[in-house]
Amino acid sequence: MAEHAEVRTAGPRLLGRAVIYALLILLAMYYLAPLFVMVSTSVKTLDEIRAGNLIALPAEITLSAWAKAWSSACTGVDCSGLRGNFWNSVSFVVPAVLISTLIGAFNGYVLTMWRFRGSDLLFTLLMIGCFIPFQVVLLPMAQTLGWLGIANSTTGLVFVHVVYGLAFTTLFFRNFYVSVPQEMTKAARIDGAGFFRIFWRIILPLSPPIITVTVIWQFTQIWNDFLFGVVFSSGERQPITVALNNLVNTSTGVKEYNVDMAAAIIAALPTLLVYVVAGKYFVRGLTAGSVKG
Amino acid sequence: MASLEVRNVRRVFGSTEVLKDINLSIDSGDFLILVGPSGCGKSTLLNIIAGLDTPTSGDVLIGDQVVNHLSPKDRDIAMVFQSYALYPTMSVRKNISFGLEMRGVPKEERAKTVNRVAKILQIEHLLDRKPSQLSGGQRQRVAMGRAIARDPALFLFDEPLSNLDAKLRVEMRMEIKLLHERLKATIVYVTHDQIEAMTLGSRIAVMHGGEIRQFGPPQEIYDEPADLFVAGFIGSPSMNFIRTEVVERGGDIAVQLKTASGAFALSVPGQQAALRPWIGKSVILGLRPEQISAGGNGQTAGSKVQEQRLTIDLVEPTGPDTLLFTQISDATVCARVRPEHACRAGETMALAFDLSKAVFFDPQSEKRLRAP
Repeated sequence: MAEHAEVRTAGPRLLGRAVIYALLILLAMYYLAPLFVMVSTSVKTLDEIRAGNLIALPAEITLSAWAKAWSSACTGVDCSGLRGNFWNSVSFVVPAVLISTLIGAFNGYVLTMWRFRGSDLLFTLLMIGCFIPFQVVLLPMAQTLGWLGIANSTTGLVFVHVVYGLAFTTLFFRNFYVSVPQEMTKAARIDGAGFFRIFWRIILPLSPPIITVTVIWQFTQIWNDFLFGVVFSSGERQPITVALNNLVNTSTGVKEYNVDMAAAIIAALPTLLVYVVAGKYFVRGLTAGSVKG
Repeated sequence: MASLEVRNVRRVFGSTEVLKDINLSIDSGDFLILVGPSGCGKSTLLNIIAGLDTPTSGDVLIGDQVVNHLSPKDRDIAMVFQSYALYPTMSVRKNISFGLEMRGVPKEERAKTVNRVAKILQIEHLLDRKPSQLSGGQRQRVAMGRAIARDPALFLFDEPLSNLDAKLRVEMRMEIKLLHERLKATIVYVTHDQIEAMTLGSRIAVMHGGEIRQFGPPQEIYDEPADLFVAGFIGSPSMNFIRTEVVERGGDIAVQLKTASGAFALSVPGQQAALRPWIGKSVILGLRPEQISAGGNGQTAGSKVQEQRLTIDLVEPTGPDTLLFTQISDATVCARVRPEHACRAGETMALAFDLSKAVFFDPQSEKRLRAP
């Protein structure tokens, strides 16, 4: 009986499969088209770009635009490419990601394992932090940075991103730790471990899935940030996103589309890389804890 | 090993009083069971003894020392949790030695202790595995190993067997009992399972609604329940409760019962003093299923056992015994007979009532009737 049914439905099922795949391929092509245009444009010569059409494959591949974008493209009078700004970005993104992740883990630990009067209220207030738009905090943040004496510095930018990222990292870790049985902390307390020891020895070793999620999320957010970068840094210290904008919007000279495209890809490459390397853990981590097991 | 005393402990959460004036005292080497239905406060009491929760008022003494102000790690206790609470990222070896490490025990000594404990619990071959690679029973053993390794003054068990399947539960129950006899440890054990309570405990505290209803050795709890709740909670199948009237019959005290086919009386041997004030009044008769057996085989002659023919509504064979259910005075009454004596449902048979161990309760206060 069951066999019979299978034979009868094999035809339609195959057709269904074909439709699904066709649709998926079509959509994937649609989404990949901009990337394709960017990559192909970045390896074309300027002459070819002017003469040819946008989606044609390059006649000959040249990496000179990439080299120029990296080390000699001009924004205004400064002709040193994006190299300096790339390392600027790295220099504040890495500490900002690490610090905000660590504090988030710690907050999550306290909010789940050491509940105190008002801890739920505190968590709710922190959650609101996720919904505050960047623009709202610009002026008060500028004032705060001034008071702290870290305005217009890498430290200041790290501080801004850590504060703004805390709401998210706390949320991630708190929701992950909620699924960790409370009895484990109790057992550790009876075993003689203290507050910090339990965190380092028991809780943190459990956390790689959610650490991966948080690091990806924070890295993407902070690397791609433009507004804080443009407001709280200037000149040589500007992050790559700001420099890219300046490069593309520069009004002197010829518009070099291939250099612009190469620069844009360079700016996007680190986040792309993080997703390719750890993307599978990202999805796994986001759903971790939602299923008991 | 140490004794344990709980003095006037109260615990209030908001406006609910979870524990109402708890008093307990056990000697060194005792196996204390806290038993009761869920929500009776037994786990809260255990957490208070452990120091994971603080009493609103009252004292906890371990070995004559008030430990109210001490944190869990300074109370010299070890605890086994229902979910085992093993550290998932550590090997079994690490799990067992973690508590020792936290207390600054040197490495060689830790290794020696781990090996000794593993031998006792027969988990030597599992030492390098992670908890996720163990079965439920093995995890249970590791959790106990973690407790034993520390050699504490007091062991606390929080429903340790309720996550195991029925067969394993019986095995582990035996092992815990053996372990207790071997270590001569003082143990406080929380459970909702009255069989665990009866089999393991040297003292049982039956809790209900934040109070200790009765505190005593298992057999006393079983034979001399203090009130209706304890009588109904301990024992399986549970005690039969029949509403009845106390009458005087030729100088003897008897209880008046009725069935669909007519009324009958059973005389009550003993308990004259307790029951005499209740003549003519309604009481609740408590009779365990094993006190009602099959009659009509001549064994009852001359003894205090009285027979009555009754219609059996339902028959439940359990193997060693068969349970028969009949209707007496609007109550479903269970009798425990040998399988070869059982009849079939719908038939009538003679049942022999042994009232020498019957208990009686005041229907209002639900307290047991005792001689004044």
